[in-house]
Amino acid sequence: MMVQPIPVPEDSINATPALDVQGLSVEFPTRRGVLKAIDDVSMQIAPGEILGVVGESGAGKSITGLAVLGLLEHPGRIAQGAIHVGGRRVDTLTEAELTKVRGREMGAIFQDPLTALNPLFTVGKQLVETIRLHTGMSKTEAEGRALELLRSVGIPAPEERLRQYPHQFSGGMRQRVVIALALAAGPRLIIADEPTTALDVSIQAQITALLRKLCDETGVGIMLVTHDMGVIAETADRVCVMYSGRVVESGPVGDVIHNPQHPYTKGLMAAIPSLHDRVEVLSQIDGSMPRLNARPSGCAFHPRCPHAGPKCSAQKPLLQKVGTTSAACWLQQGGTQ
Amino acid sequence: MNELQQETAPALSVSHVSKVFDVSAPWLNRVLERRPKLFVEAVSDISFTVEKGTCFSIVGESGCGKSTVARLVTGLYATSNGDISFGTGATGRPIKVQMIFQDPHSSLNPRWRVGDIIAEPIREMKLRNSEDETLARVRELLETVGLGADDALKYPHEFSGGQRQRISIARALASEPELLVCDEPTSALDVSVQAQILNLMRRLQDELGLTYLFISHDLSVVRHMSTHIAVMYLGRIVEQAPVEELFTNPQHPYSKLLLATIPDIENPKRRVEAQAGEPPSPLNPPSGCAFHPRCPVALSKCSQSAPDLCPTSAHGKVACFVAQDANNTAMEKAAV
Repeated sequence: MMVQPIPVPEDSINATPALDVQGLSVEFPTRRGVLKAIDDVSMQIAPGEILGVVGESGAGKSITGLAVLGLLEHPGRIAQGAIHVGGRRVDTLTEAELTKVRGREMGAIFQDPLTALNPLFTVGKQLVETIRLHTGMSKTEAEGRALELLRSVGIPAPEERLRQYPHQFSGGMRQRVVIALALAAGPRLIIADEPTTALDVSIQAQITALLRKLCDETGVGIMLVTHDMGVIAETADRVCVMYSGRVVESGPVGDVIHNPQHPYTKGLMAAIPSLHDRVEVLSQIDGSMPRLNARPSGCAFHPRCPHAGPKCSAQKPLLQKVGTTSAACWLQQGGTQ
Repeated sequence: MNELQQETAPALSVSHVSKVFDVSAPWLNRVLERRPKLFVEAVSDISFTVEKGTCFSIVGESGCGKSTVARLVTGLYATSNGDISFGTGATGRPIKVQMIFQDPHSSLNPRWRVGDIIAEPIREMKLRNSEDETLARVRELLETVGLGADDALKYPHEFSGGQRQRISIARALASEPELLVCDEPTSALDVSVQAQILNLMRRLQDELGLTYLFISHDLSVVRHMSTHIAVMYLGRIVEQAPVEELFTNPQHPYSKLLLATIPDIENPKRRVEAQAGEPPSPLNPPSGCAFHPRCPVALSKCSQSAPDLCPTSAHGKVACFVAQDANNTAMEKAAV
């Protein structure tokens, strides 16, 4: 006799995080040894929440997104940790199973909308194909849904637009199409990797407002990977600051921006020229992010940190709650001595 | 020319400059497909002056012609129309111009040692008499931009993006220019590195008395660096003003839109409906004022004729019928 599944109460389904990453490490084996691109990263995204993942180039923010999508390029591999999307573990799936989950459970938006679309097919055909593949709708139903999707991402005259090719769209409109594609199968999670970096500021504002709106309406969780603190401030609910493959600070976006705890976050915030006050000299963090093959011992930020003590180079600090945010810094965890 | 005039003469004057690019299809295609020749006016009739020792910035979205202006000023493109003239430098000759490019990865020759990259303009222009003096100058330049003297023997790939941009700056300084044209010098850099480069550029301006023509799309960087700002839209300057005036009291609807949409970290505008519309194609610009299809306050005359850039304050100029009318009424009221 078949075991009946235990009925799950309604609200606990809603409480299942859209994304749950625990202790993720990503390695790239090379001839000169194994490079650890991501080192023990954990993060959660609730349904309807936008988590901003911010950091400078080489911080590992895009690799985190790719690891969740199962799109790590060879020879990259997940060395440790677990990734759950909507309660389902995805890092152990085979490529065939992953293909089904990708698109159905999680969607992706990348920086360049032109390379994300096939130039040889109309936008409508690409949308209908994606919808039918993941939902098993009939062609007519899928066409109706495609129309509805284009309308919901704010594309004017969607009936005509469906019959057009990607090159007939402007950059902002193309990115809207990519967002529609990501939403096609009603995923629980969207990984948006620098979705507005290739766009102009006035278009950027439209796209971030659209992401915000879709998130509120459909309850999808969004991981917004970007280097732009301004975009994070205006779009995300919570933020993870990454440095050299580790999360150094995470918390509600307002707290991290206005009251940063980690010296790196503080330095980063102070280095951004203000729109309101003019200062003679910007505060700067000297040096640059370490290369992966030369990550300093202990806290990776210690060679650039103004507060570093002997403990910082000896022992790696873990992410711990400090007030409303969490920071991985010995300063808040009993001193650097 | 007497001394006083020399003091106040601008470093750079650009008057009524236009640049038209021929973007027609190849000859055979035109004949077979009966297609007409196609021209795009990347820069149309712009005029501005840059005073010595200041930083004049041009901002605008991609395709507005700001980089074309940089290339016209440095002579990388020939103008289709209009005049670009330089003031007199310290030596009594026209001032020298150099350029810093956006991408520090593609603007340095990967097969040359850094020392040779920086020494090239010195050797080419015979600025030093002997090889020893040239090398001494290279070491001095490297130290000026915050690198070590022994970095001269390394190759560009051994440096990070920020350090490479320092090398670009050292190379630009090697020919002892007085006007530096900087085309998005920090756009390819991370924020913490961007701060280092901006601080370096400000320090060099103070120490060497440089004048900057700064091209950027990032308003917060522009605000930090400049004394004057020109906002470009589809090949035209739509507003020009001292930096504080533009940020506190923008006149042109496009400047207002830019300031309203730029992400603001200190006061984030969450859940505000963004203004619709996109920049039109420069191949097929709208009639009249190019901004009128997106403009919230457009009048019927905006689609018929293009407004001229008219002064609205002591230093501010705006090309907008609505802003000019409002300004005139305010002036009349003040007169009464």
